[in-house]
Order: sequence, then C-alpha cells, then structure tokens
Amino acid sequence: MAGLGFACLVLALVVCVYGIGASLYGVRSGRPEYSESGRRSVYALAGVLSVAMLVLEIAFLGNDFAFNTVADTSSRTTPELYRAAAVWSSQEGSLLLWAWLMSLWSSLALFLTRRRLRDVAAYATAILLGFGGFFVALMVFYANPFATTHPAPPEGVGLDPLLRFPTMMIHPPMLYSGYTLCTIPFAFGMGALLARRVDADWIKAIRRFAFAAWLFLGIGILLGALWSYSELGWGGYWGWDAVENASLMPWLTGTAFLHSLMIQEKRGMLKVWNVSLVLATGTLAIMGTFLVRSGILDSIHAFGGHTLGVPFVCLIALMITGSIYLVVSRREMLRSEHRLDSLLSRESIFLANNLVLVGLCFVILWGTYFPLISEALTGQEASVGPPWFDRYTVPLALILVLLSGIGPVIAWRRATFANARRNFLAPLACGLLALAGLEIAGVTQKPLALVMFCFAAFVFGSVGQEFFRGTRARRAMASEPLPLALLSLVRRNRRRYGGYIVHIGIAVLFVGVAASSSFQHASQLSLRPGQSTRVGAYEIRYVRPTVTITPRYDEAHTGSTVSFGGLLDVTKNGHHVATLNPSEGFYASEEASQGSVGSLIGGQPVSHVAMDASLTRNVWTAIEPDIETPSLKRIITAGNNTLPPSEALVAIAYLARAYLQHPPPTQFNFLVSPLVFWIWIGGLIAGGGGLIAMWPAGGWAAYLVRRRVAVRSRARALRGLARA
Amino acid sequence: MNPARKRTVRLVVALSAAVLLASALIYTSFSAASPALTPTQLVHEAQPGRSYELTGTVVKGSVHREGNVLDFAVADRVGGTSVPLSYTGVVPDPFREGREVIVNVEKQGDRYIGENNSLITKCPSKYKTAPPSENQNA
Repeated sequence: MAGLGFACLVLALVVCVYGIGASLYGVRSGRPEYSESGRRSVYALAGVLSVAMLVLEIAFLGNDFAFNTVADTSSRTTPELYRAAAVWSSQEGSLLLWAWLMSLWSSLALFLTRRRLRDVAAYATAILLGFGGFFVALMVFYANPFATTHPAPPEGVGLDPLLRFPTMMIHPPMLYSGYTLCTIPFAFGMGALLARRVDADWIKAIRRFAFAAWLFLGIGILLGALWSYSELGWGGYWGWDAVENASLMPWLTGTAFLHSLMIQEKRGMLKVWNVSLVLATGTLAIMGTFLVRSGILDSIHAFGGHTLGVPFVCLIALMITGSIYLVVSRREMLRSEHRLDSLLSRESIFLANNLVLVGLCFVILWGTYFPLISEALTGQEASVGPPWFDRYTVPLALILVLLSGIGPVIAWRRATFANARRNFLAPLACGLLALAGLEIAGVTQKPLALVMFCFAAFVFGSVGQEFFRGTRARRAMASEPLPLALLSLVRRNRRRYGGYIVHIGIAVLFVGVAASSSFQHASQLSLRPGQSTRVGAYEIRYVRPTVTITPRYDEAHTGSTVSFGGLLDVTKNGHHVATLNPSEGFYASEEASQGSVGSLIGGQPVSHVAMDASLTRNVWTAIEPDIETPSLKRIITAGNNTLPPSEALVAIAYLARAYLQHPPPTQFNFLVSPLVFWIWIGGLIAGGGGLIAMWPAGGWAAYLVRRRVAVRSRARALRGLARA
Repeated sequence: MNPARKRTVRLVVALSAAVLLASALIYTSFSAASPALTPTQLVHEAQPGRSYELTGTVVKGSVHREGNVLDFAVADRVGGTSVPLSYTGVVPDPFREGREVIVNVEKQGDRYIGENNSLITKCPSKYKTAPPSENQNA
C-alpha cells in the first residue's frame, strides 16, 4: 500500500512537470492542443493525488502502524472519527492535504474556464501545476507521508488529545481550501500579465474563486476561534498568535480585492492595484503555509520541525520578484480608463476601505514577523504582544465598520448634498439612537466599545434602508407580497445584496467582539467544595468533585482514561441559572517510564470546558484539577510498584475514590462574557451572505435551462446548415 | 491648479501620510517589544520594570502551586542557569515539567514575576518535541 502511495506521488510529480511543459509550449507556439493537454494534466494530478489521499486514509482507518505517520499520530485507542482526521495532523499528511485540495480546486477553476481565456488559462495552468509540483516534491524529497518502518510497531502513539475535537474534522480542510483557493486568482493574475490580457475578463473568470477563497478562509478562521474558545482552557478566541495572523492576512487582502474589483468592472480603474492585491493574496497564502509548516516563529501551534524553511523561502522569493517584475513591466497596459471624480463617491470609499484593509494587513504582517525583523536589524530577537496589535487594529476596525455602512448608500462617481441627505439621514439616526440608548443604559465606561456599537447601528441602518427601498420598489413594480419581494430582490442582485448581508454579519461580529472583550468578567481562583465566588452578576458555587472513568468511551468520545471535574452551581440574584460540570481529561501516554498506572494518565491533559450559553451572555468555566497532590500521588506510586499494566485500571478506581472523598482545593477559571455568542452568529450571517453573493446567477436550475437552450439552438443551427 | 498638479499634490500628501503612519508603527513596535531571552541572558541583562519574553524549559521538580500563584523555574534548553518565577493566570493544558515554555516576565527586586496570562507552552505535541533550533541563543 505504501508503495502505491509513493508511486502516486512520483507520478504526480511527473504529471506536474509534463503539464507545465505542455501548457507553456502550447501557449508559446500557438498550439492549443498542447495547452489543452496541460489542462488535462491538472485533472490527472487531482486523480493521482486522490488515490494517494485514499491510500493514507485507509492506512489510518485500518491502524496500519507500518506507516510512520500513522504510528506517530494515531493509535487503536484513538476514536475512529479522529483517526480519519489524524491524516492531516502530521506535517507529511497536511502537505498531502494541501496538494490534494489545490489540485481539486484548480481542476474546477480550469474546467469552468475551458472555453474562455485560452492564453491566460494556459499560463495559469503552468503556475498552478508549479505549486502542485512544489508541494509534491516536498513530499517526495523531504516529508514522505508513505514512509514505513518494518516491523510495524504494535501500537501508535495516538492523536494529540488537544486535537480531539469535532472541529478537527473541518477546520484544517477549510483553512487549506482557503489557502489553496487563494492561489487560483494568483495564477490567473500572473497568467493575465504574462499573456498581456489585462482587461476585466480574467477578473470575471476568477471572481467566484476569490469569493470562495475568502469564504473558506473566513470559515476556517472562525472555526479556529470557536475551537480555541470552547476547548482550550484559556477562554479566548483570538490571541494574535503567529499562525492565526497568517490566515487573517490573505483574508484581509482578499476582502480588499473583492471590493476593488467592482471598481475595475464598473469604471476600468485601479487595475494595478487589483492585480497587486491578487498577487499579494496568493503570496500571503503561501507565506501562511510556510509560517505554519516551517516553525520559524514561536506559536502555540508548533506543528513541524524546521526542515521545510529553505524551499519555501525560495518559492516566496520567486513569487514576490515575479509579481513585482510583471506588474512593473506591464504598467503601461494597466493604466486606468477613468479618474476619480470626487473624494465623496463610492469609488473613493472603496479605495479608503482598501487602504484600511491593506493597512491592517501591514500592521499584522509587521507584528507577526517582528521577531525576524528585529533580529535582522538589531541582532536581538524581540516580539510584540497583543496590546501592540490592539493599539492599531482596534481603530482600523472601527473605521472599517463605519466605511461598511457608508459604502452601500453613497453614490457612484460624485455624491451630492441632496444625495447625502436622502441616504444618510436614517443610518445616522440609527447610530445616534444607539448612542442615546447606550447612554441611558449606562454603558459608557468603555468609549471604544461604545463607538463600535454606534457604528454597527449605523451599518444596520444603512443596509436596512437599502433592503427597505429595494423591496418597496419591487413591490411597487411587480406588486408582490413583502417576503416574495424581498426574496426576488436578493435573487436578482445576488452580489449586491449578498454583500450587504456580509456587512451586517461583520458588524454583528464586531459588536460581539467589542462587548465580550470590553465587558468581560474573569476570575481565576482555587475553591474547595462548598465554597463560592462572584463573577460579574453571577454566583458560582463549587458543589462537589466529579470523576468519570472512561477508558474508551467518554462522553465526548475522545478516548481519555479518566476525567476529574467539579460540579458547579450558577445562580443570579438567588435564582438558579445552570449546573455546569467542567472537567479535565487525562490521557494515556506511551512512555513506559511513567509506570503501569502513571502511563495510563501520563499523557497530555485536556480541558473540557463547560459553559452556559445564551444570546446575551456566556458563563464559561474550566477546571485544573491537581492530581499531583500527595494523597493522589501516593496511590499512583503504590500502583506503579505493585500492579502490572493489565490491572493498572484498578488503581484509577482508587484514585477516583480518593479524589471524591478528599477533594483537594481545585483551581477554576471563570469567565462571564456578554454577547460573545453574536460573534458566531455574525460569522454565520456573513458566511450566508457570502454564499448568496457567490452563488451562480439563477442557480443550478437556471444553468440547466440555459444549457438546454444552448444545445437546442446549436442543434437548430446545425439543422439549418445541413438544409443549406 | 491644473488637474495633473492637483493629482501630484494629492499623491504626495497621501504618501507622506502613509510614511508617517508606517514610521509610527515601526517606532512603537521597537519600543513596545519584549526582547526574547534565554534564562542565562535574562540573569545578565534584565533591568527592573522592563518586560522580557523568556524562553526555556520548565525545570523538573520546580512546579508548586500556592493558591492562585504558580511557582516554577525555567532553565536553558541545554541546562545550566535556571530562573525561578511566580506566575498567575491561565496555565495552558500542555504545561508540564520538562516542557518548553514562553512567558513574559518582569524583574521586581531580585524576583521574577510572570505577566498575567502570558504563559505559552511551545510544543503541544507530547511525543514529538520540536528539535532545538540552531539559533536558540540568538
């Protein structure tokens, strides 16, 4: 099996090399049949890598520990669901996932453009195959997922318990889809420059893919934040960690591009800017992959060794120099067809939004790579923390939200005073109303949060007004009932109204971020059973300790040996609110030196957070039970000395009894965060809006109808020809 | 003013604003940054009241909890100097003796205090510790 997998990789490399040669030869010599063959190589690459992925997946599900990756990241005790996801928990497996997803998305992109953009697509094919070849070569020469050891070890070391969370199934594939989709606009942008076809056609062709990249990256980022909040014991959703930042940067430039491309389509302006954004997004996506895969910066996501740095640096250098050379050498072709008419126009608001987004990206880029920059300039490695990031990103985010409210209602070309009065009265009233309401409610201690709430209300007002006016116009025109009018309004202008829904979602998300970060109550303390503490308006009492012994089938089915927890009673003003049971799961380790009992629980402990979520607030609790206390440690040592591994589980029962009868003081971590749920709701709204905006016009039904009409008219034309 | 000249002026204004903002950014990043030090460097270079990012491994047998305060010592990766410190705040799940950690510390008198919630455990994988990087003393 491993042989088959590796053969697939070698074949994939051959396919890439052939495909690059064929498509370049085809476009250079004007022989489209070769470019065609190059395009088919991408399909072939997708096929071959699918087989490779399947081989690896079968090895993981079948516990084939002869595979080094399986032995390193999976085990018989790892639940099946997580064994399937363990494929991408290793360096090697995630490179394969990257290459595989890239080949699939590229195939789709090239299939959809097969009748258009011949020259551009041929160059794009070569570039996409270049990326594919790069990743396949990394696997063939540096990190082979199909490396084996004989004889096979009887058991693997298991998937890191931190990764045993349902999101593990979707977060990495989503992020990787986002990253790989970013390379498609990059490839077509480069292709357009190389082929000197820089009109709006290539932009139209890749618009949907830029959107998809934006959507997948966004979903991946949010899922990561959700994972961090609901699994890791620190209760945060964003920490300005290098790997988080790496995924946010291409998303920001991608967002900028999705706005500025409209100006190129509508007015033929900003061509240099657009193509630069596309190239930057692709480069940032590869830089993100590099940052994650090389371990060059300190991060809580320490995935890999330091082996893949040099090839990636070469690739990134090539992408940057290639991009700059092409943009500079084609600058004459990229001249704007129009000039900015006025600073008060939708174009200039889009431009401002682009500048803010790119500025935000630059701030994050600088902060993320600061340890390297500082070391290069001063010889001293130094890093900047979250406060530094917040200082710049908070005001920029405020401006961004404000602009997202102005953009939809300001006129194209030149806004007049009458126009402004007509369009801005209602949104402004919403913002001021929110301000007044919040003043009365007494929410004035945090001015920045207050400003964010008012700006968000402004956005709701401006987008709501657009929906209201559009629906009213439709009702007047087609005399449809209200829901139908709203629906057909959105259906007929998917991009526009989908985009507006995204604005609503982002504003909602920022309300959640501002509220939960500014008005959070936190408490970390040690409690004995019966003791209680106050967190915000809530009284939390530690009722009693709990233990679950679950060698295979624990509640969340993550395969922990035992979890120690505490039962908490949450009340507000004497009224019962919730009963929560946070716990910490202890997992087996493969280190025999820890003893027969010690190795049953000596692996990575993982928090199982318990929370009571509602739309207005979230009571979040985590526990750090201390199993190092002398009374428990005595049992472990005694068990290690007397019990063989087959009977070691008995000691766990004693451990549980001792913990329940004489519970040690236990460390708790409590958070009460207002409106935090709205971050996820905002994300869902934005994602839904994104889907609406990128959905093919008219949907599949309309596509089929169009196709049938096309086939029929072609048949008719043929009949006509035959008759003639 | 003719349109071409107006555009140039506008460009110059925009560019100088960008340059100003960028230099503010660059300046603050250098002044706000915490130098990354190993325990040996910290012992020699630390000035009271300044924040440093300390990287090293948790010394075996040094971890004690006193109520909310977690006391532990951080040593150079290759052994040698160790720095005892008191830390309050969230302790990441993977925190263990012998693990590599990053924590922001400040020197107060002759003691080192870990900044609240700044503790990061570097390698979440229990089995594959990241190989020590070549430039660890940089």
